[in-house]
Amino acid sequence: MNIPFTATLEAEGIACERGGRRLFEDLSFALGPGEALLVQGPNGTGKTSLMRQIAGLLPLAAGTVRATGTDADTPAAELCHYVGHLNAVKTSLSVRENLTFWTGFLGGGNVDAALGTFGLTPIAGIDAGLLSAGQKRKLALSRLFACPRPIWLLDEPSVSLDVASVERLSEAIRDHTKAGGIAIVSTHVPLGADFTHTLDLAAQDPLEYGSAEVPAP
Amino acid sequence: MTAALALIRRDIALAFREGGAIGVALGFYLVVIAIAPFGLGPDLNLLSRVAPGLLWVALLLAALLSADRIFHNDYEDGTLDVLTMGPLPLPVVAASKSLAHWITTCVPLALLAPVLGLLLNLPIHTIPLLVLAMLAGTPAVSFIAGIGASLTLGLRRSGLLLALLVLPLYVPVLIFGVSTVSAAVTGPGSPWPPFLMLCAISLASMVLAPLAAAAALRTAFR
Repeated sequence: MNIPFTATLEAEGIACERGGRRLFEDLSFALGPGEALLVQGPNGTGKTSLMRQIAGLLPLAAGTVRATGTDADTPAAELCHYVGHLNAVKTSLSVRENLTFWTGFLGGGNVDAALGTFGLTPIAGIDAGLLSAGQKRKLALSRLFACPRPIWLLDEPSVSLDVASVERLSEAIRDHTKAGGIAIVSTHVPLGADFTHTLDLAAQDPLEYGSAEVPAP
Repeated sequence: MTAALALIRRDIALAFREGGAIGVALGFYLVVIAIAPFGLGPDLNLLSRVAPGLLWVALLLAALLSADRIFHNDYEDGTLDVLTMGPLPLPVVAASKSLAHWITTCVPLALLAPVLGLLLNLPIHTIPLLVLAMLAGTPAVSFIAGIGASLTLGLRRSGLLLALLVLPLYVPVLIFGVSTVSAAVTGPGSPWPPFLMLCAISLASMVLAPLAAAAALRTAFR
């Protein structure tokens, strides 16, 4: 990650509808290189849906999401890493094979360095099916380092991680934003990362129309 | 291209590691063909006349046994999310996964067919043609199964629904596959015209089915 990232991400007036119910609407924010957004809100207010919308996995009910990277015609999804509740870990492949596949598919990256980030090197050879929940989560997060991408979408990344690993994750987010990357993180535990923006989805009353501009840093 | 190769290689590795699917398909094919003579009686002429049809029908059913796994496992563990965010367009992802299904399921079934042909008194000289026809026709089987697998994604008991959706679409493959082999067994026509139709069906499916599968995958994310 020697080349600093220069991507920007802009969401304008986006709304989300799940099962006929509006979770939020008229949501706008703009993130430049090196900025991080903390998404907060009680369960069921649309944190995961927002992440999936930015990643292009859920349709937008209204509004637009624009990401600009090094290449003008790269779709937003290809600039993003999405680590959600599901780890996307294949249990019958070894830890190393899992990461090697992702670097081959997504176009990476240094597998050995990525394994080292969360201290997975000693268990690189064993089947991912034998890993604990926390280790699987670390393997999923290692994808962030194996294939450098400017925008990180982390949906409760600290679930089932131990204290030291949460600290390591916070440090990784800080390093990422320092290198010019963008991070959007939803979390219920405090992470030691410097968030330049905060978005509280609980403050979004879907019945009240109005702008939810994120305050500038 | 490297991304597609990585995906195909991983799917093949998974199919062999997780075993189950290939073994079940081959075992099912073997059992169905082995019990057919008990139902039809020991008339060797009759058996060799119905052999092409039986071999093809049983192959289609055996290939469908593992068809719901084309996308299902990746959908359940979140891998499909990441696959859609890669550099590959979604139809190419669907095509790669269908191709991996063909390599891991249909090719072994086609290679087992000569042995089963002997059980049904299929004339030995037609066996190369049988394998050739099956290798040429089964890409359509895997790619059309890809449509069914993406349409039934996230449903419970999707395997049965998938069979209902997909089997009618296999009729052209069945007709031309059987007439290729039958022409060689009983004559009088040449086997090549139906064989070329079989190739055409496979080529068309390989181009068109991934587009349909990708459209169905997009709706599965809602």
